[in-house]
Amino acid sequence: MRIKSNLENYFFIMPAVVIFTVFYIIPFLWVAHLSLCDWDGILPTKTFVGLQNFKEIIIQDPSWWQSMWNAGYITLIALTLQNALAFLLALACDREIKMKNFYRVIFFIPPVLSEIVVGMVWRFIINDVDGANMINRGLTAMGFGQFAQSWLNNPKTALTTVALVHSWKGFGWGFLIFLAGLQTIPKELYEAARVDGASAWDYFKRVAIPLMVPVIVLVAILTVLGTMQAFALILGLVGGEFAGHTSVPVLRILAVMRDSSRFGYACAQGIGFGAILVAISFIQYRLSKRYRNA
Amino acid sequence: MTDRQDAFQTLAQKYEAETGIQVNFELYAPSEQYSQKVRAAAQGQNLPDIFGILSEKKDFSSFIKSGHIADLTPELEKNNCAWKETFFPNALRVNEFKSDDAYGVKPGIYGIPIDVMTIEMLYNKNLLEKAGLDPEKPPATWAEFIAVGKKLKELGIQGLVSGWGEIWMIDCFASNYAFNIMGKDKMLSTIRGEVAYTDPDWIKVLSLFEQMRDAGIPAVGLLTMINKTAEQVFANEKAAFAFNGSWCVNVYEGMNPNLDYAAILPPAASDQYPMMVWGGAGSSFVINDRSGEKEIAIEFLKWFTARDQQIFLANKTKNLPANKDALEGIPTILAQFADDMEYATHPSIWGVSEFPVVTEALDKGIQSIILGEKTPLQVASEVQKIKERELARKK
Repeated sequence: MRIKSNLENYFFIMPAVVIFTVFYIIPFLWVAHLSLCDWDGILPTKTFVGLQNFKEIIIQDPSWWQSMWNAGYITLIALTLQNALAFLLALACDREIKMKNFYRVIFFIPPVLSEIVVGMVWRFIINDVDGANMINRGLTAMGFGQFAQSWLNNPKTALTTVALVHSWKGFGWGFLIFLAGLQTIPKELYEAARVDGASAWDYFKRVAIPLMVPVIVLVAILTVLGTMQAFALILGLVGGEFAGHTSVPVLRILAVMRDSSRFGYACAQGIGFGAILVAISFIQYRLSKRYRNA
Repeated sequence: MTDRQDAFQTLAQKYEAETGIQVNFELYAPSEQYSQKVRAAAQGQNLPDIFGILSEKKDFSSFIKSGHIADLTPELEKNNCAWKETFFPNALRVNEFKSDDAYGVKPGIYGIPIDVMTIEMLYNKNLLEKAGLDPEKPPATWAEFIAVGKKLKELGIQGLVSGWGEIWMIDCFASNYAFNIMGKDKMLSTIRGEVAYTDPDWIKVLSLFEQMRDAGIPAVGLLTMINKTAEQVFANEKAAFAFNGSWCVNVYEGMNPNLDYAAILPPAASDQYPMMVWGGAGSSFVINDRSGEKEIAIEFLKWFTARDQQIFLANKTKNLPANKDALEGIPTILAQFADDMEYATHPSIWGVSEFPVVTEALDKGIQSIILGEKTPLQVASEVQKIKERELARKK
């Protein structure tokens, strides 16, 4: 009877197991296998090269590490500027302000737009080659003409411009999650803090922030995962890697696969990149756990 | 390619009316997406009866070795090469594999060109006139080009636009000048690894980009421009020169029908060797060797590349026909591109391929020279280092 019951249970989860195996486990194992091969993506034969692809990534591929550095820089701006903005706006909308539902909708529009469309729209706003160059016009009109420049075509400003546009596009997700988190804080705590004479800053520092740590960690992990994998926005904004200045890991993987026809090497890059992201997420999780326990 | 959808569909309907055989064209853009689609179809063994290969010759050879593409040589050589003789020889060469090349494929012709192209220098006649220059006497030498560029810069007119955000076009420009400065043999010897990229002739090639930068010739944003953007800028008369392929005629026609421009060979930097430009087959079709409809597909391609259909295509799509008997009535600007077909070359006919990582390093290095971040010598040394690493790996 018990065996029958167990079989029935397994039968019910079977579709999910099959789907997960076919669409996640097998492709992952296939990619892992290809990462150990030299293969051009067309020939039926694949040459097993062991860990050679990984060795090449670590020792002989500076363009890969430059792309990692660039992605790290964009992620740093997203973690700080983007998430700070999202948190502040969530705090504002958590209060009883006028038209707060309207703001919620407005703030959530950028994340739902296509990355490539956002890239092209911002290219139009910023660029002076094929766009309206509204930023420079605005700067000049306000008397700051000396700061006007070719934002996307200057190696010194291109990556920061990409990072800022990415933050504009991404802050809505953080805003929504932070807002949901803030709304779970009981109002009684706020009232008790006020009765005890706590200022708004004290409440923010000693009540809201500690209670929001799990949410902040979640947003931070999602930000890292989302930002490190960004690429379509960059294609829309600068058309590609711009002599390596706007190169990011996914663009490198695509370039290796498409331009060099090195599928095995691209798979190794993908596996290595995935491992780095998992490691970062794990470290973030452990640090937040330690902070909460403390 | 997608701009030809209507013309292809019209021909498909005509073919169905004549033979009762239905042909369905599916065109995709951008080309990278199409290439991935064909690659995936090859892996799944479900390629269509007729398809195109947009990748490099090495990938083309992998498709053949995998049994995906039929050898069309017997068909082309039937009846004293009747079908073969209809094409521009340069157009067929792109699809040809020879016994002495590096690809290890059975010698033969594996694809049929449907149009041809050359990538050349274009100039805007009005802007040259504005700069006080004779629009009928464009710069013929590199020194003249630099001088014109400086003059344009003084007048606030942008110099050169091209899709140099897509780095293959830089590769194309650089190899044109490599042919011009060192000649074909030395250029190909470099690819074979017998001549170093640090050779003085290569430094000369790389220095041209430095000279262009110093003269202020590159338009703002040249290195983040995809070709479509470059085409918009040139069509809107915001730049005097464009480096673009003959496919642009149709594009410019749509963007600015009044654009007054001409096509010339890139200004020569040396008189020792002829200036060569990338050209030959524009788009080619290959036959799926596993297709059950192979014979029907071949018959369709014969019909599709016959004179009448090629004239129709050339007039509708403003692309140069692959059939050399179909040049009548083409616009003057297309005729200018066609005139330089004798100078056309292409990596696909060189018989050797550069390592993609070396090409990428060279192209990115050139971008760095234009940005003023590296010197030609630095770039040459870095490229050579990568070349030596790849040669060692190959051994």
